[in-house]
Amino acid sequence: MNLEFTPEEIEFRKEVRAFIEENYPKELVGTGTREDLSREQFLAWHKILGKKGWSVPAWPEKYGGTGWTSTQKYIWGEENARMDAIMPLPFGVSMVGPVIYTFGNEEQKAKHLPGIRSGDVWWCQGYSEPGAGSDLASVKTTAVRDGDHYVINGQKTWTTLAQHADWGFFLCRTDPNAKAQEGISFILVDMKTPGIEVRPIKLIDGTHEVNETWLTDVRVPVENLVGEENKGWTYAKFLLAHERSGIAGVARSKRGIERLRDIATQETVDGTPLIETPEFARKISQLEIDLTALEFTELRTLASEAAGKGPGPESSILKVKGTEVQQRLTELTLEAVNHYGAPYAYGMEATGNGAGIGPDYADFAAETYFNMRKTSIYGGSNEIQRNIITKMILGL
Amino acid sequence: MDFNFTEEQGMLRDSLAKMIRDQYDFESRRKVVASAEGWRKDMWMQFAELGLMMAPFSEEDGGLGGGPIDAMVVMEEFGKGLVVEPYVPSVVCGGGFIKRGTDAQKEEYLTGIMSGETIFAFAYAEPRGRYNLADLETTAKKDGEGFVINGHKAVVIGAPWATHLIVTARTSGDRRDKNGVTVFVVEKSAPGISTRDYPTVDGRRASEVYFENVAVGAEAVIGEVDNGLPLIELVSDEAIAALCAEACGAMKVAHEMTVEYSRQRKQFGTPIGKFQVLQHRMVDMFMEYEQSVSMTYMATLKLGDDEVTRKKAASAAKVRIGQGGRFVGQQSIQIHGGMGMTDELAVGHYFKRLTMIDSEFGNVDHHLKRYTELSAADVPAAAE
Ligand SMILES: Cc1cc2nc3c(=O)[nH]c(=O)nc-3n(C[C@H](O)[C@H](O)[C@H](O)COP(=O)(O)OP(=O)(O)OC[C@H]3O[C@@H](n4cnc5c(N)ncnc54)[C@H](O)[C@@H]3O)c2cc1C
Ligand SMILES: Cc1cc2nc3c(=O)[nH]c(=O)nc-3n(C[C@H](O)[C@H](O)[C@H](O)COP(=O)(O)OP(=O)(O)OC[C@H]3O[C@@H](n4cnc5c(N)ncnc54)[C@H](O)[C@@H]3O)c2cc1C
Repeated sequence: MNLEFTPEEIEFRKEVRAFIEENYPKELVGTGTREDLSREQFLAWHKILGKKGWSVPAWPEKYGGTGWTSTQKYIWGEENARMDAIMPLPFGVSMVGPVIYTFGNEEQKAKHLPGIRSGDVWWCQGYSEPGAGSDLASVKTTAVRDGDHYVINGQKTWTTLAQHADWGFFLCRTDPNAKAQEGISFILVDMKTPGIEVRPIKLIDGTHEVNETWLTDVRVPVENLVGEENKGWTYAKFLLAHERSGIAGVARSKRGIERLRDIATQETVDGTPLIETPEFARKISQLEIDLTALEFTELRTLASEAAGKGPGPESSILKVKGTEVQQRLTELTLEAVNHYGAPYAYGMEATGNGAGIGPDYADFAAETYFNMRKTSIYGGSNEIQRNIITKMILGL
Repeated sequence: MDFNFTEEQGMLRDSLAKMIRDQYDFESRRKVVASAEGWRKDMWMQFAELGLMMAPFSEEDGGLGGGPIDAMVVMEEFGKGLVVEPYVPSVVCGGGFIKRGTDAQKEEYLTGIMSGETIFAFAYAEPRGRYNLADLETTAKKDGEGFVINGHKAVVIGAPWATHLIVTARTSGDRRDKNGVTVFVVEKSAPGISTRDYPTVDGRRASEVYFENVAVGAEAVIGEVDNGLPLIELVSDEAIAALCAEACGAMKVAHEMTVEYSRQRKQFGTPIGKFQVLQHRMVDMFMEYEQSVSMTYMATLKLGDDEVTRKKAASAAKVRIGQGGRFVGQQSIQIHGGMGMTDELAVGHYFKRLTMIDSEFGNVDHHLKRYTELSAADVPAAAE
């Protein structure tokens, strides 16, 4: 056991820091914590990383991964967070990509992996349905074989950023008579196929982040089936475990705490910087301690993964604790900015007062706090994660 | 001891609840919040006709002879309906100052407040003052008989709709001195006043208000020159009690909606309300709500007590309501799952309002500190 970085790792940090500083788009600096970005903004850094060969560090090298050690990946995460970089979205890079290279055939790999790496193709995740949230295995959307096509009918919902998507991966029922988990297939769908309608859902912070996705007689070639028919649940679960381990967000939360400290240094209580008041100073310390516990739990998990064990039920710990830290961080940030949490950043058109009200650091404080409530709901709610630990670890 | 409401208070509650049910359903509110004005003047006038504005004033002031309990009844119902109209700024704060003003001031403003025609906003917060009511960079300099006001007031709730402002300003002493603070009443259209109006995250409207050499006469002073802080603190405590009542109304509805949703929503073949972890969570929400109601009654009933008792009660209530409101709001969203995150469902809007109540008139930390300081100062008296 050893916490020191090797000289090579220190050198690696210098290299990636220099690369990020030189290449990160200047116009995106400072937007990385916002939710209302354009397609181009979301993809800009992804495309630069794609050219450099750094967009999918976690993939096996033969598919374009960097072959970095887990320490190097950790450093990579930290250096990007330092810049609040808008990272490649998870739907292609961390979700469908690994499913395709693990379970897909050679044609699928050749067709889809390059676009995921380069950032040219935007993917969305069509899992949840109005009736199938936590109980994902109850999906009702059907895919019925018709010659060399599947005909898909049903409704997906909460499809994140589907308004920008070129492709989606969908869980569809292909055997209506099988037990819930056993009749589901994992199908790749070109979002431009006739019969797909994407309708916006507005969230409480005012952003358009998610959608309803309606599928009516959508004809998809059978070669878009990943793996075996009716085995989709296996691939879906594989993907969920991957989704969870990325969700801890340690590097980002560290950066968030730095930002919070900065705000708390500028805000004053009776002439004393907020950060020097015992009440607030202790809250930041507590958060930092919680984050350290999370970080070392993640490092231990990564180490055991490197030793050959895949992400197991322990990743549920990272999801629960990681999201609790993220939510607490936004809560304290809102608290720090006091009255200036109130102005509604996304609603300024109504009065023509487009410019920010109050200090810049207060912009979006409340909106982000509201938005981050999603993190304990999606990716398997925190109640569901606890159920997983109950079953898989406690054996109850 | 008596925790019953009078017959008049019961009637006030019932008729207000009916009016909100009939005319202030969630979809109507949504339209109003999105409109250019952001509120409904006609609704405000109907509230006035119902007697809401007169209710808390004494009969000699032309009111119905009620008091803070009547304001509490009104605000609980406003909280249930997420009403955006400015009862606290205009009636509780504006009225609270004016009724303690000179006869001439009462003459000039009280009838208008009670009829709904005169609308006040309370400009107390400043960009750098945080929650300290005496931390004022806005100044009022003596000029002949009158004063000249300069400064910037932050996030003045209801100011876009207001005809008049209550303004706190420093007339002497240093930035945070307890002495040297004076309260003024000014017309919002007075020369030298400008505003930037904007919507707030919880569906109301507010302004940044700028004063540039705003000249006012001696008759604009409410209470004593340089000794305005005790009055400001008194009215702020009354506003806190009213906001606590609003929070109770909002918590009640958010909790009820959540319990109802947990009955309807099925996952794994069973209503999610059957999962014990959610049952206990909803029980905890309910206990938070009940204790918030208790604290609101307590603080409201102690508004007329001596200064220390009153302040401690208001701070204690604000702390509990801040914590309870946060818990109830967050868990309402959590138990609704993805649906709780949508703008379409009302529950998220209750969550947002509950969140923002904590930052009005001092948050949890501010009041925990005030309570602790008052307790420390109170020890010798208690030992007697
Ligand atoms: C912002 C956002 C983005 C999303 N993006 C996507 C996306 O891109 N693609 C996609 O497919 N989905 C997406 N989702 C959907 C997300 O995965 C679901 O919201 C989540 O699975 C919860 O399902 P639900 O919303 O139906 O809540 P429900 O399952 O109805 O849960 C409601 C409440 O009941 C609790 N609960 C449910 N079952 C149990 C149990 N057995 N024991 C105890 N408590 C229980 C839950 O924890 C929750 O608190 C997104 C959701 C959000 C909010
Ligand atoms: C100091 C002391 C004094 C007592 N005095 C008296 C007395 O004067 N008269 C008397 O009759 N008894 C008395 N009791 C007994 C007391 O009532 C029992 O201990 C109590 O009912 C719990 O029963 P148990 O100890 O068998 O625990 P269990 O019932 O076995 O409970 C163990 C744990 O499981 C939890 N649990 C049980 N059922 C559920 C459920 N359905 N859902 C969720 N959680 C559950 C419990 O909350 C507890 O945490 C006393 C106990 C103590 C410790």
